[in-house]
Amino acid sequence: MDEITHHPAQGDPGDDVDCERAIVEIYEYLDGELTTSKRRAIARHLDDCPPCAQGFTFEFELRQVISMKCRDRVPAELRQRIAEALRIDVPPA
Amino acid sequence: MADQASFAELAMPYMDALYSAALRMTRNPTDAEDLVQETYLRAYRGFGGFREGTNLKAWLYKILTNTFINIYRAKKRRPEQVDLDATEDFYLYRRLGGLEAVEAQRSPESEVLDAIPESVVKEALEDLPEQFRMAVLLADVEGFSYKEIAEITDVPIGTVMSRLHRGRKQLQQRLWSLAVERGLVDEPSPTVAGG
Repeated sequence: MDEITHHPAQGDPGDDVDCERAIVEIYEYLDGELTTSKRRAIARHLDDCPPCAQGFTFEFELRQVISMKCRDRVPAELRQRIAEALRIDVPPA
Repeated sequence: MADQASFAELAMPYMDALYSAALRMTRNPTDAEDLVQETYLRAYRGFGGFREGTNLKAWLYKILTNTFINIYRAKKRRPEQVDLDATEDFYLYRRLGGLEAVEAQRSPESEVLDAIPESVVKEALEDLPEQFRMAVLLADVEGFSYKEIAEITDVPIGTVMSRLHRGRKQLQQRLWSLAVERGLVDEPSPTVAGG
């Protein structure tokens, strides 16, 4: 942890999500794979910790950029070739 | 039982997505075209076994993945790249300036991200070792859940998570080193190893 100054967990007593915990679970959080209670605990931490919140936002935006920029279109010739191949291919009975 | 006649109508809309994935897998347009065609033929022949109401897209990706592994990987085997030490969190964010850039009112990282050309993002993803590449592709490009990726790639969910974790970090390192190589960012990083 160098440039980013992290804050200790604040907020609800018993909320044990600190920066370290939030970063460990960042992908599961962004992937929507956490339980509701864990998700809420991380969201509370992000509300209290702008450095983490900005880091999370960056990771989220990066993912959108990767998704948007890895799209290719099927060449029309291939689309035709596949349609043709399916027409002459007889499925097993 | 799925109706064979409805196959084209249901499956054709996924062709662009499958072709994009095939390009990332094979890294070669000719092989990608053959892979997509073979996938559609296999899917068509096996469509009777597809359970209606289940996820057709995931089913097609599983056939794509199996076909790739069976045919193209065997043909073009190349050693898996050495796993870089990818332990740093927010790797790219830090290098693009992070908070310091915000405070200095430089262009926000999101603008830098938007400016990265498609070719660089594709190349960075294609440079990942195959298992990581597949996990990142399925999760970040196609939006599959951990469970779906586990089923498509036939590994436990824990393995999916670990591949995603390492794959995403390596992808950030690769994006950074490509961005430096192409002059898309100002300062070269002292930690980038080779191009």
